Amino acid sequence: MKARVHVMLKDGVLDPQGEAVRHALGHLGFGGVEAVRQGKVIELDLAAADKAAAEAEVRQMCEKLLANTVIEKYTIEIA
Amino acid sequence: MKAAVITFPGSNCDRDLAVAFEKAGAEVVRVWHKETALPAGVDVIGVPGGFSYGDYLRCGAIASRSPIGQAVADFAGRGGYVIGICNGFQVLTEMGLLPGALMRNAGLKFVCKPQALRVATADSVFTSAYAKGDEVVFPIAHHDGNFTIDAEGLARLEGEDRVAFRYVDNPNGSMADIAGVLSANRRVLGMMPHPERAIEAAQGGADGAALFRALTGVMAQA
Repeated sequence: MKARVHVMLKDGVLDPQGEAVRHALGHLGFGGVEAVRQGKVIELDLAAADKAAAEAEVRQMCEKLLANTVIEKYTIEIA
Repeated sequence: MKAAVITFPGSNCDRDLAVAFEKAGAEVVRVWHKETALPAGVDVIGVPGGFSYGDYLRCGAIASRSPIGQAVADFAGRGGYVIGICNGFQVLTEMGLLPGALMRNAGLKFVCKPQALRVATADSVFTSAYAKGDEVVFPIAHHDGNFTIDAEGLARLEGEDRVAFRYVDNPNGSMADIAGVLSANRRVLGMMPHPERAIEAAQGGADGAALFRALTGVMAQA
């Protein structure tokens, strides 16, 4: 079973890297970009066969390591 | 008085930190990250600067979950004294021993220079040799030192007088110019600037020596 975790900065947390990307896009002539937020995607191959159990386990992984919930939020896709 | 200095793969200020403790009169034991327990009789732990585990995932994230990480957290939980400098500060926030997080510098650049700081409280072992409002200069060298915390957490830090140092001319966008914070029991200090790189005149300044002398002095009496 595969899991994909998206980690993004929480709303309201300033994202200096996203802002730099927005500026660079502006320099390239993409004038209509109002905001850029940069995050990360983490893909996991899991031995688990049960979808609900896999999701519960990945949620634990996010809370314990994959995301810093002080500043980041996450979503989990199981496929 | 015994100080333990932790070394992770990628730590690069561990030796400097050990020298700073030694010059202040401490016996120093070096502890490798794969150890699961601290040596007996440790009075204070130093978590050094560097780029532990190559800053993979997030700065300090992997180190905070390493085998020795749990021993450091347990030590702090028992009321032990811990100082985390630069990457060490990032590690301590990732462990949850200190609130907030260190994000990418607002200017997106690695900043490396002598930095003026204001001592924000003298009410801790670490800052007891200074007076509130004193200006000291410690080097900074970091890419991710932008201290961030929610409004409630910031109000709590300010209300409990737990900001240890503030930047004079904020170099990285940190909220409220915060350069270092204390735990609720005031026994854990995390700071981005490097007092261990300012312990003798040959380094360009010795403002940091007093921090280590105060720490070892108090520990020796205990």
